[in-house]
Amino acid sequence: MRGATHAKWAALATAVALAATACGGGDDSGGGGADGIVSSSWGDPQNPLEPANTNEVQGGKVLSMIFRGLKQYDPKTGEAKDMLAEKIETTDSTNFTITVKDGWTFSNGEKVTAQSFVDAWNYGAHLKNNQKNAYFFGQIEGYDQVHPEKGEPTAETMSGLKVTGPQTFTVKLTQKFSTWPVTLGYAAFAPLPKAFFDDHAGWLSKPVGNGPYTVDSYSKGSQMALKRWDAYPGTDKAQNGGVTLKVYTDNNTAYTDLTAGNLDLVDDVPASQLKNVEADLGDRYINVPAGIIQTLSFPFYDPAWNKPGQEKLRQGLSRAIDRAQITETIFQKTRTPAVDWTSPVLGEEGGYKDICGDLCKYDAAEAKKLVAEGGGIPGGTMKISYNADTGSHKEWVDAVCNSINRALGNDQACVGNPIGTFADYRNQVTTQKLKGPFRAGWQMDYPLIQNFLQPLYYTNASSNDGKYTDPEFDKLVDQANAESDTAKAVGLFQQAEEVLRDDMGAIPLWYQNGSAGYSDRVTNVSLNPFSVPVYDQIKVN
Amino acid sequence: MGRYVIRRLLQMIPVFFGATLLIFLMVNVMGDPIAGLCGDRQCDPATAAQLEKEFGLDKPVWQQYLTYMGNVFTGDFGTAFNGQEVTELMASAFPVTIRLTIVAIFFEIVIGISLGVLTGLKRGRPVDTTVLLLTLVVISVPTFVTGLLLQLLLGVKWGWIKPAVSTDADFGELIVPGLVLASVSLAYVTRLTRTSIAENKRADYVRTAVAKGLPRRRVITRHLLRNSLIPVVTFIGTDIGALMGGAIVTERIFNIHGVGYQLYQGILRQNTQTVVGFVTVLVLVFLVANLLVDLLYAVLDPRIRYA
Repeated sequence: MRGATHAKWAALATAVALAATACGGGDDSGGGGADGIVSSSWGDPQNPLEPANTNEVQGGKVLSMIFRGLKQYDPKTGEAKDMLAEKIETTDSTNFTITVKDGWTFSNGEKVTAQSFVDAWNYGAHLKNNQKNAYFFGQIEGYDQVHPEKGEPTAETMSGLKVTGPQTFTVKLTQKFSTWPVTLGYAAFAPLPKAFFDDHAGWLSKPVGNGPYTVDSYSKGSQMALKRWDAYPGTDKAQNGGVTLKVYTDNNTAYTDLTAGNLDLVDDVPASQLKNVEADLGDRYINVPAGIIQTLSFPFYDPAWNKPGQEKLRQGLSRAIDRAQITETIFQKTRTPAVDWTSPVLGEEGGYKDICGDLCKYDAAEAKKLVAEGGGIPGGTMKISYNADTGSHKEWVDAVCNSINRALGNDQACVGNPIGTFADYRNQVTTQKLKGPFRAGWQMDYPLIQNFLQPLYYTNASSNDGKYTDPEFDKLVDQANAESDTAKAVGLFQQAEEVLRDDMGAIPLWYQNGSAGYSDRVTNVSLNPFSVPVYDQIKVN
Repeated sequence: MGRYVIRRLLQMIPVFFGATLLIFLMVNVMGDPIAGLCGDRQCDPATAAQLEKEFGLDKPVWQQYLTYMGNVFTGDFGTAFNGQEVTELMASAFPVTIRLTIVAIFFEIVIGISLGVLTGLKRGRPVDTTVLLLTLVVISVPTFVTGLLLQLLLGVKWGWIKPAVSTDADFGELIVPGLVLASVSLAYVTRLTRTSIAENKRADYVRTAVAKGLPRRRVITRHLLRNSLIPVVTFIGTDIGALMGGAIVTERIFNIHGVGYQLYQGILRQNTQTVVGFVTVLVLVFLVANLLVDLLYAVLDPRIRYA
């Protein structure tokens, strides 16, 4: 029978096509009390989970749980406090002697010594390891040999790092940097156990650190279960039994899961849900300042945007943006209108101050006048470039353009220029292809005013995408870095900021808040100044 | 029959190469992916150069393509930027998506064809009009609306299901997402079957079968339905590929870590290796599904012969 033969062929082929299934099973419902497990939303980390290779929040969450460095930033004030550091001494702001506290171990039992730090830093700095945060070690002497700008490295380790005893080592910087110890709370400076170097692949699939949590299981791209480490020697022991990080395909889905009671913590409330958040969560919603500022950068590399007298144009544009209205209507107050180029998380002592003054206040008449005095917008129309794939940038860029057009009474003055993906956007920014202002976001690495100014506006600095340059600004930053008195250093940075203001080297827009929502199963939830939840303090009912 | 299958398999080779080359070029046109890896700051040039070398991005495109294809034939689909092997991503994503597709196809076949037969036989009656109206509604409402609505009602308001699928993603959890994914196709299957049945009802062989005095059930299943299924099978066959690759919306709504999600993330991060790898496999799925459809024709319609 012919039909039967055909059927066999078809059945065989179908069987082959369908021969794929996988096993399932497993349910994670934690108990309550001190051993309760917190479930939290997560995104797939963009880079391998190495301390010096993690530059975004998702990987940062894990590092904040499994690592402790020499310094730890206070979750409330952002102040850098000694963690593993017994003392960090210097007489000349260039040579530092660091003593590591005794009694700390990694969760696999290995002692944390001076060598653990020096090995980790040398690893982070070396070119062949492709660590994206390598430039953090750039101030250490010998960095040029292990991480040359061109060609092959000529050394294996940095000459500025020397182990002088089991718990002590010295660091030599290439130039004076008085507040350098404050930077040591950044994850890139974490110590690493020997297992990291001996069995790298094994370590990556189940990282081992010295923080209050240990990794219990990790299935890449979907979930990581962390358990409290009972033998943790620090004072910030975990208040819960563990944290399960779940990767969500979309933050809207995570939020829905939270409202349905299947998730305890969402640390990124989607913009579209901000209107409902009060009704859904009531007081279980956090909205606090984070160390993030959004600005509008200018293409100083383009002659059309780099003419003398154009500071008036830039100041005029700044005054044409109605920050208060945009932050209220588009961001539902999850952004605060900016009054300087830093962030409120620094506090007044740290250098946060209303430096921008009237230049950051909306005034249509004044804006029109200043733009005209500054020679008008080059080419008659300016395009604000942004990446359209994340962060509701389209909404606010359109709003900013509307505000500018309204203030200048010209429908053609400003239009948005969406670019498909973040990678493509960054590519066009770094290759200087953009012919108009572009959005710039900056999340601080450590709570220092220096971190908001030097990497962004110093001549040829790593993130000075618009190529802003002013010798006066550079001079003041150098002076501030050399100043050993913190208050005086902050004063000098503020002076530098005033130079930046007079030039309007970038238009400050608003400070971004961190937002989070949590279930009624958990209490004592807070976000640190880096908008990462303080997991170890969360209590489960 | 065997020769026909072999010929078809050989024809797949140029299609396969052409499709992968196109995808490869398209992803490359998007520009340098390294720039997106360093957040809102410039990658330091030395590290960027090192990364480009490691991912082979410093070579001309044609050379990249040749190297890539060479590796693919040894089973090496490359490494994603987060250090995971693409084959590892596939091993976790494809089983999930295949389960989702099976659920969706199941709904299409069971509900779609049943409704189609029912309405086809009762053409013009109230039940026909009702189902036609319903399918019109389903077709005109976008998937993400159906998905979000069902998620809100069943998941949050009534608590019948969990709004987000767990990482295991077993069949039970995939029923609602599968239904959402299948909804539009299901409506099309209903309409296709209906038209086909209604048309064939007047065909000579059906009249002959009725005249022979065969029971009604036998006339419908053996003669009418079997011959009416040809356009439906074509549709469902091509739909397999479309469902697997096109589940991006549904997968994002219901938190399903399948092919659609991996593709979406690969495109956002401009991860050539992931995108090309997954699309290559999808191309293969499309080709095989099409072959199966053609073979099924012969089973359904004795007049069709392959030599």
